[in-house]
Amino acid sequence: MATIADDLRPLHHPKSWIGKYVWSQDHKVIALQYAGTAISVGIIALVLSFMMRLQLGFPGRFHFIQPENYLQFVTLHGMIMVVYLLTALLLGGFGNYLIPLMVGARDMVFPFVNMLSYWFYLLSVIVLLSSIFVPGGPTGGGWTLYPPQTITGGTPGSNWGIILMMVSLAIFIAAFTMGGLNYVTTVLQARTKGMTLMRMPCSVWGIFVASIMGLLAFPALFVAAVMTILDAVAGTSFFVPQIVSMGKLTQHVGGSPILYQHLFWFFGHPEVYIVALPAFGIVSDLISVHARKNIFGYRMMVWAIIIIGALSFFVWAHHMYVSGMNPYFGFFFATSTLIIAIPTAIKVYNWLLTLWRGDIHLRVPMLFAIAFLFTFIHGGLSGLFLGNVSVDVPLSDTFFVVGHFHMVMGVSPILVIFGAIYHWYPKITGRMWNETLARAHFWVTFLGAYAIFMPMHYIGILGVPRRYYALGETAFIPPSVHYVNMGITIAAGIVFAAQFLFFYNMIWSYFRGPKADPNPWGGASLEWQTPDTPPTHGNWGPRLPTVYRWAYDYSVPGAAHDFIPQNEPPGAAGSRAPA
Amino acid sequence: MIVAIVIAALVLGSLLFHWLSPWWMTPLASNWGSIDTALIITMWICAVAFVALNLFMALTIWRYRHRPGSRAHYEPENSRLEKRLTLWTALGIAGMLAPGLLAWNQYVTVPADAAVVEANGEQWRWSFRLPGRDGVLGTAEPARITADNAFGLNPDDPYGRDDLIVDTAELHLPVNRPVKMVLRSKDVLHDFYVPEFRAKMDLVPGIVTYFWLTPTQKGSFDILCAELCGTGHSQMRGTVVVEDEASYRKWLGDQMTFGQMMAQAGEGRTRLARADANPSKRVAR
Repeated sequence: MATIADDLRPLHHPKSWIGKYVWSQDHKVIALQYAGTAISVGIIALVLSFMMRLQLGFPGRFHFIQPENYLQFVTLHGMIMVVYLLTALLLGGFGNYLIPLMVGARDMVFPFVNMLSYWFYLLSVIVLLSSIFVPGGPTGGGWTLYPPQTITGGTPGSNWGIILMMVSLAIFIAAFTMGGLNYVTTVLQARTKGMTLMRMPCSVWGIFVASIMGLLAFPALFVAAVMTILDAVAGTSFFVPQIVSMGKLTQHVGGSPILYQHLFWFFGHPEVYIVALPAFGIVSDLISVHARKNIFGYRMMVWAIIIIGALSFFVWAHHMYVSGMNPYFGFFFATSTLIIAIPTAIKVYNWLLTLWRGDIHLRVPMLFAIAFLFTFIHGGLSGLFLGNVSVDVPLSDTFFVVGHFHMVMGVSPILVIFGAIYHWYPKITGRMWNETLARAHFWVTFLGAYAIFMPMHYIGILGVPRRYYALGETAFIPPSVHYVNMGITIAAGIVFAAQFLFFYNMIWSYFRGPKADPNPWGGASLEWQTPDTPPTHGNWGPRLPTVYRWAYDYSVPGAAHDFIPQNEPPGAAGSRAPA
Repeated sequence: MIVAIVIAALVLGSLLFHWLSPWWMTPLASNWGSIDTALIITMWICAVAFVALNLFMALTIWRYRHRPGSRAHYEPENSRLEKRLTLWTALGIAGMLAPGLLAWNQYVTVPADAAVVEANGEQWRWSFRLPGRDGVLGTAEPARITADNAFGLNPDDPYGRDDLIVDTAELHLPVNRPVKMVLRSKDVLHDFYVPEFRAKMDLVPGIVTYFWLTPTQKGSFDILCAELCGTGHSQMRGTVVVEDEASYRKWLGDQMTFGQMMAQAGEGRTRLARADANPSKRVAR
């Protein structure tokens, strides 16, 4: 197994600009292509979310937002954020960049397939965005795309929009499969000498397990997409029973809308953890590096990732407690859902215990990690309400759900992504970002996001339904709800604007930032030990590094420095070798 | 350092928000107090965890912030501590799950004496059907829907003949009598949602879904649709009026049966006559 890691075949460095930056097979360039595309499409999702907030905060004030548009914004925003931004950025972006560097490989094991993965991803994004320009516009069926609604009248985009959405998802899944197979194979086959599985940084563990989960979960969405397309264009009835749509009997007969929901959530719930696990892994490394302390309970942390990954395939129907499925399923899925909270809680304890007795440097990446802990604790706990079957009944399809999932799988992973970008930016670009702008960006984003999503939990407990274009006159909704909606919209506008501090900082620093130290934070893991910064094609110069220790030798008693790089041999300059 | 203070302040702020904000559950108008109890138990356990974990974090950041010369403690793991924390978490989880599952057990157990009421959903309005004197709803399917037969009832099914058709969005229910809400949709997914009742359930075309409740408060409540059903989703409204037995009887008396409606429609008269003459064509249920 070790031979592949020490690949002796000569590397063919690309000679032309196009070979280097466009049709590149270098994992680092592909990572940046993935990240650049994901963030660009994410900006579209950000704009869409702000338009939704305009409608909710000031109903009727903006005439260009009609009910159809509102539902289209909801749908595109949700799908882009979950799939085209978070999944693509965390696995395609961070996965591509970090795996080979962190396990000591020259590249992914299948560089050509890796390149194809990106171009398929880009194609899926183009198909998705093209749905904005077809007759009827993009689908407005909600990001869950439940039939029969998505393919029958009364829903925007029920002709063209839904088909393009499903085609785009199918292409994305092809892209993910190529990428995911690469990540998994690279972790299993291309680790350098001495890099045992239990010496890998938590980031790699999170990305590795998430990739396996993606390979198992995405096929369910793929078949759901194909079956929906067939129902829409070929006259099949997988998901559509006999119905009267807009006063006309359709030709469908015998299909099951709930079958679609099972397929969707069999993908959809693992998907939550496909996004969360890489974030869990990355944040473990941010906390450990900036607290100058090993991640507390590393083995437990790795096992928790694996257990969460496995259990997440047995909880999907907690999204369907009031869907009309056999209600007795509720007992099983409530139990399995609440059990998954135990390994998740262990992760939180271990992050906090990593900070305990640490030497905490409150640099920007650490601030984002701390903010993540706060929002994740909040979002994780509110998930217990929704997982606990009978408590879910009054809360389902209210703003409580919106507040919960934004806190736990929107704000939390995005805070980690920001922290991670600030953390690895000096390695990726060789430059350092501006501290003042970064801190301003942090404070506005963290406090603003909490101001947006925290009150939503309470108006959800009151019973305010989600996916409503306008609340209208409803006896149980007091005027104060309209004021809080206005306040949330204003907070959203401020957070929206603050993101330009980030973009400006990243772009300005790339050209004008001061030259960065190759290892500015004193990181022990391999990516900080590359001979060049930014790392060049092939990563490691003539010889691959050899690993002698885990990734967390921080503040080892008796060592000269407060970290020992993974590739430092035992007994070398001033370090004592822990096992 | 500031971040430690901010985290502590956010915890305090969240608690104040909880106590001072005007948004909380609507006054309960059904038997589902057990759902409210499970929610409040969950809230308490989660609040303790939220406060304890975040204050611990704030304290840690404050106490172990970097100062010149400070160095972190080296402790890879502490399996005794981890085991103890796992146990405490499991207890907290069990404390939430138990009342949740007990309430769910009630939720899935419809009382034998519950009166059946059918809610029909279509884009974007509600209508209702009651089983009539025989206590049984007649069969129905979308293929039979016509202008005269908006519910798609089978005219050959004698159980359907006495069904009361409430083709407006206002439903009346007697107070303190258990009701089994039977739900059907003609087109897409909907969800019968009355916040004050707590209970809700999706309407799924092709199948019949249900839930049950006992209204305990007289009054008029909004019915909303809680499952996205298209552009008119937010306007799919109805009203449920919970009243005493006498008023309910009176309202019941004002409703028309399916048989009466078919008799009014010319075509229906002949078909009904044919069905009466030929009992073998009757559909058993």
